[in-house]
Amino acid sequence: MIETRGLRKSFRSRAGRETKTVDAVRGVNLDVAAGEIFGFLGPNGAGKTTTLRMLATLIEPDGGEATIAGADLLKDPAGVRRRIGYVPQGGSTWDESSAREELVLQARLYGISKADANRRATRALDAFQLSEYADRKCKTYSGGQRRRVEIALGIIHEPKIVFLDEPTTGLDPQSRAHMWDEIRRLRTEGMTVFITTHYLDEADALCDRIAIMDHGEVVAEGTPAELKREISGEVVIVGLDVATTPQAAQLLDTETYVSKLETVDEGGLRLYVDEGAVAIPQVLRRLDHAGLELRSIELHRPSLDDVFLTKTGRSLRES
Amino acid sequence: MKLARDTWLIFQRQAQLLLRNPVWVFVGVFQPVMYLLLFAPLLKPALNAPTQAAAYKIFVPGLLVLLAIFGGLFQGFGLIAELRAGVIERSRVTPVSRLALLLGRSLRDVVSLIAQAVIITVLALLFDLRVFIGYLLLAYLMLALIALMTSAVSYGVALKVKSEDALAPLMNTVAQPVLLLSGILLPLTFAPGWLQGVAKWNPFSWAVDGTRALFDGDLGNDNVWQGLGIIAVLAVAGVVWAARQFARSVR
Repeated sequence: MIETRGLRKSFRSRAGRETKTVDAVRGVNLDVAAGEIFGFLGPNGAGKTTTLRMLATLIEPDGGEATIAGADLLKDPAGVRRRIGYVPQGGSTWDESSAREELVLQARLYGISKADANRRATRALDAFQLSEYADRKCKTYSGGQRRRVEIALGIIHEPKIVFLDEPTTGLDPQSRAHMWDEIRRLRTEGMTVFITTHYLDEADALCDRIAIMDHGEVVAEGTPAELKREISGEVVIVGLDVATTPQAAQLLDTETYVSKLETVDEGGLRLYVDEGAVAIPQVLRRLDHAGLELRSIELHRPSLDDVFLTKTGRSLRES
Repeated sequence: MKLARDTWLIFQRQAQLLLRNPVWVFVGVFQPVMYLLLFAPLLKPALNAPTQAAAYKIFVPGLLVLLAIFGGLFQGFGLIAELRAGVIERSRVTPVSRLALLLGRSLRDVVSLIAQAVIITVLALLFDLRVFIGYLLLAYLMLALIALMTSAVSYGVALKVKSEDALAPLMNTVAQPVLLLSGILLPLTFAPGWLQGVAKWNPFSWAVDGTRALFDGDLGNDNVWQGLGIIAVLAVAGVVWAARQFARSVR
């Protein structure tokens, strides 16, 4: 549904008298299949929004090519516009207009007739549970309501693909969960959904496939499960007294299922294992036999943050 | 056809928003009305005009041109607010005509300017100003072209600078010499030769002369067609330039 090859964009920025060229996007290749929720995960400034804006025809790429829903991005931007919807990050509604007015206007800008635009607006207001406030000014809406209006605006013309830039940023947890449901509903209706996010849990829970982006490049791509599997194994963290830690280390270091062992400063061990469920009973038995008292034991499964850490050397939470 | 339809859609929306807050039309007209009431009475003795009505014939056309210039030049502020709200970006991902995004807005400004001009004219009628209706309509055409140009330019500049803080001083800096060099407050016939020479290069001074001739009922005056011609050409250039800004990427 979306295919990009070597998509590039650099910006010139001026700091004082010096002009610097910033390579915002450095050759992005993507293949997004029809009917999937595809996520772009990365820290702020990674180039996610720039890529999205290129795909949505808002900025012209410096190089590379892309085909979106069968239309060539460079040769037929108008064709792309008709097939896609785009929901920008910073909002897209006008304070003094009502949701219904915005929806009708947006539909009409896509060339839809007045009667049809009215019908679509009513249907969208229903679907996004906005009917109650449909004729109130947008400035009276809550953050979650306003975001729903914006998504409704992005899909009023029933596009094949909808691009959502950071759809849940700034929403409270409840509105966020609600938004995830709305996004899944779009997929059920047959749309391909392309979102950007810097939330790990969002990428994990919502997206069928993700591309991790850093410094303008895609550093990893796959389903969340695949990506996590690539990071070898799981970690068992055993809490022990500082005094007994060396003895336990000696005991467990020779065990075959432990691929690597690290001592924790405040007492305890980190054991790198293939499968925690297999390792934990054996660790318990071994320590029990030796009469060593255990303070705690926990299993750490790799998260997308670990994937990000492995690929970029930084934690996403820090960047 | 598509252009006309898209322009109408944008015009309708902008007009609707304006009508929801019509107070702005009156705020816009407040200053010129003050000039009319508190400044114009000085003119009969100052200009040595035979009657008050004769003084108004000179002053009111200038006042209307002033209104058209300023009313247009400051429209960019609204656009910056729209940019910030993401409304422009939302329009730009649709296949809507880029020229329509500009024209719809500028035509709304033209209509609101003409409404203001009518208010001023009616007030001036109370002060014994008399103009033949046909000539008045031609004068309004001149005003419409000026407002179309200045509002288009203002939108184009707004898209380039993207900030109110930059737009305000820029527009003021442009507007002030334009105002002084167009003989709006006092006719440039009183000006020394060098000043008249400089003013010849100001298109708005031609517009003011043309509008004055129309108010004077002097349709045959060269100033009329010259003023209309110059402003029409500039209006087209302004619209083309500004529409290009809408087509280019806006961040």
